[in-house]
Amino acid sequence: MSDSSDDGARPKSGVSRRGFLKGVGLGSVAIPAAGLLGGSVVLAEEAPPKPSGPKVFTGEIPIKLRINGKDHDLKVEPRTTLLNALRDRLDLTGSKLVCDRGTCGACSVIMDGLLVTSCMVLAIDAQGKEITTIEGLASGDKLDPIQAAFIEFDALQCGFCTPGLIMATKSLLKTNPHPTREEMQDALSGNICRCGTYDHIFAAIEKVAGGARG
Amino acid sequence: MTEKTVRVGFSGDSKELKINPPDTSPPAWDLDSKLAVVGTNVPRVDGPDKVTGRAKYTYDINLPGMLYGRILRSPHAAAIVKSVDTAAAMKMPGVKALVFAFDESKIGEKKLRYAGDEILAIAADSPERADDAVRAVKIEYDPQPFVVDLDDAMKADAPIVNDGKSNVRGKNPRGDAAAVDAKLAGSSKKIEATFRTQVQTHSALETHGLVVAPDGDGIKVWASTQGVFSVRDGLSSNLGLKAEQVRVISTFVGGGFGAKFGPGVEGVLCTKLARQANAPVKLMLTRKEEHLAVGNRPNSLQKVKLGADSTGKLTAISATTFGTGGVGGGAGCTIPAIYNLNRDATYKAESDVFTNAGSSAAMRAPGHPQGIFAMEQSMDMLAYELGLDPLEFRMLNDDNPVRRAQFNLGAKEIGWPNRPKVAGGGKADGPLKRGMGVAGTLWYAGGGKDAKADVEIGKGGEVTVYQGAQDIGTGFKTVLAILVAEELGLKPEDITVRAADSRFPYGPGSGGSTTTPTVAPAVHAAAYAAKRKLFEALATTWQVKPDDISAKDGKVFVASDPSKSLPFKKACAALTADKVTGSADREANYDGYRGNTAGCQFAEVEVDTETGVVRVLRVVAVQDAGRIINKLCSESQISGGVIQGLSYALFEDRIMDKSAGKMVNANFMEYKIAGPKDCPEIKSIVLDVANGRNSVGAMGLGEAPVIPTAAAIANAIYNAIGVRIFELPMTPDKIIAALARKEGAKTA
Repeated sequence: MSDSSDDGARPKSGVSRRGFLKGVGLGSVAIPAAGLLGGSVVLAEEAPPKPSGPKVFTGEIPIKLRINGKDHDLKVEPRTTLLNALRDRLDLTGSKLVCDRGTCGACSVIMDGLLVTSCMVLAIDAQGKEITTIEGLASGDKLDPIQAAFIEFDALQCGFCTPGLIMATKSLLKTNPHPTREEMQDALSGNICRCGTYDHIFAAIEKVAGGARG
Repeated sequence: MTEKTVRVGFSGDSKELKINPPDTSPPAWDLDSKLAVVGTNVPRVDGPDKVTGRAKYTYDINLPGMLYGRILRSPHAAAIVKSVDTAAAMKMPGVKALVFAFDESKIGEKKLRYAGDEILAIAADSPERADDAVRAVKIEYDPQPFVVDLDDAMKADAPIVNDGKSNVRGKNPRGDAAAVDAKLAGSSKKIEATFRTQVQTHSALETHGLVVAPDGDGIKVWASTQGVFSVRDGLSSNLGLKAEQVRVISTFVGGGFGAKFGPGVEGVLCTKLARQANAPVKLMLTRKEEHLAVGNRPNSLQKVKLGADSTGKLTAISATTFGTGGVGGGAGCTIPAIYNLNRDATYKAESDVFTNAGSSAAMRAPGHPQGIFAMEQSMDMLAYELGLDPLEFRMLNDDNPVRRAQFNLGAKEIGWPNRPKVAGGGKADGPLKRGMGVAGTLWYAGGGKDAKADVEIGKGGEVTVYQGAQDIGTGFKTVLAILVAEELGLKPEDITVRAADSRFPYGPGSGGSTTTPTVAPAVHAAAYAAKRKLFEALATTWQVKPDDISAKDGKVFVASDPSKSLPFKKACAALTADKVTGSADREANYDGYRGNTAGCQFAEVEVDTETGVVRVLRVVAVQDAGRIINKLCSESQISGGVIQGLSYALFEDRIMDKSAGKMVNANFMEYKIAGPKDCPEIKSIVLDVANGRNSVGAMGLGEAPVIPTAAAIANAIYNAIGVRIFELPMTPDKIIAALARKEGAKTA
């Protein structure tokens, strides 16, 4: 791996993937046919690219992630997001890749007690943190009460947004066990459901919270 | 065949119907049938998989040695590909295969027609490396003139998008324009208005894509699709394989909404990559590609004239519409025949306009939300012209007993009498003004003959239903379990559902709201056939006739002899074979109660007259879908349609930069979809109608609930502020501008 790109890349404050990309310097990256394909960006050094094509960082580094109470050793490129590490390296595919820019919440996981969109977190920055994914909520066949209520109130249709919405609900109820309808709407506003299950989700949360407050 | 009589309809209107089903058919369920499971609230059978993250969607399939595909797309709205240099890309680490999306010998003359048009695809050993490789391809383009705007494309000097002399194709006139105009001229009141709707993208959360793995002399495919069998047939014909050499699996699908039929360009490219690399390849589109290249609801420009006589009866309608489906067609607007207007009082002309943008695809009730937005606002305008209550005006012109009952139900639920009687005349809370609106709809989904089903009963009492069609989130798998449980006297959780696999009996694509009405009768008949085989085995044991045996409440018994009764599981031990299978084909439809389904929606909105922000407070949606199989999932379908309709009404808009020829908001940050905070209070009411078109009586439900929402909201906005919004999405800028025009008109 290249030290110079790593130095330029590390965000000082922590977990923002966009901050990371900015650190790399998007403007210096040669993208002959790009512009169309959003998402990750070629890692290049700050120097202007040579005409032979973009200089690409290809090394993988070993990292350790603690997920659902278990340690995992894996190798990733520094640009790999936590989401892609979970999905492509560890086969934990409950968290979904949908918007790839933190706007839809389908990749939500809880990291050190905070709800984060794992597409916006680099895997290398998730080291040393306690990560809970949708796969970690049920214990064996015993569902978390939120999961059971989602089924009971049919708070899911195609189900692709469901893991993210359940994680967002988990995070909400931990800090606010009896939310009002408005507080639910605020807490879930980082999540999109294309099938339109929101009202059923509110009903499910009310059940878990033992009726809405206020 | 023996003629039988069934009673069809609903509590408010019923009739007797003579049907002639084959003798092998199960007794048809009619209005008088007492059913134990059908029509109750049944949680989805795949709920536990979906809430735990265990459900494996196509996107989640990881195979050993799997490669990742990525497509290189045109950055230009129109360009000739002059040269392509893939040498550097092929040398990139991890790159294993590269295929062109067009005949390589055409490089130098190949014309790309929109920003997003496919050029080639590359497979590499990680998604990141596939991205790198695509970027390393060098292409020389010769940019060509283009046009992306509907009105610009209709001009005489517009660049030609496809072939021919003009971008306008149509106008497919139906009806006699002169006769209709004469009727309109003779009407005591008439309105004339122009409506516009925007391009909407399907935006299913799981993007289009596949995993293709070489499998012996064929391929095994996981596809995010609405058509397991159309993907199979598309790929097999494209590759010159037999249908049975292509196995397609779609156990979980992250939404479709009409855009996911057939393998698509990405499916063909993915398969070619897999065959070239001789390795499994996963190719899932990015969010940006999903917006650009795999379908959308076309926009519309609709010129409508509508007239009524002095008693409030409609006299005639004339509609001339244009719309662009990008480089493709399909931009017609359907103004469905909800109200009493004869064919000789209807004139309709619709044209497709080509532009340099991604092709349209069927989207949840194609053409209908557009058409109803125009039609139901026109109805409202005419009602106000006539000085009639908009609901009363509709009732005057609607003979359908189902919709009339629905209008009454909905009006009661929303509190229709509480709306402002004069548009804009309601009590204001500061700048906030409230109003209510209504819109009607219909749909056609009676289903067709394209389905088979197998139901298997094992000696140990295991029951399995096999059906190849996919569940795109509608609850189809649960429908299968309910139908079999009903026929066998079991509970849905007793039934194992095996679906969404091309090795199972044939099923339709999920389009036209036909999956359930097409498949349900075949499953019903297969369950009945399997039950008859079980009864035949028991009849030997019990020394009775098979017809004397019944199955109910988990028991199999002879009603006249209480000594002959066994729990279902034990009864199955009478089978001599390990298992028996009932197989059935879908029968043709009977005449039925009605050929279409009815619906209506009421909306209450609050408009901020200072900021132009519209908040939808409540929606009451009343919908008929024939016999309801699962009340719980039916209500979900309805409220989901309402939320998607609201999103269409207020937010969604594919914005094209006219000078660059590109979509500027191809993401989920700037392409706004309704979120939790936009969700109103929704009351979904299913009106159960024993439709009688088949042995189950089911009709379809997927599409109808999305149709009238935008029109109901538009009418509510008018009722609240006395200003009509003729263009979607009804964003704050349009509200403010319309209010300003009204103020201007007042002071002028």
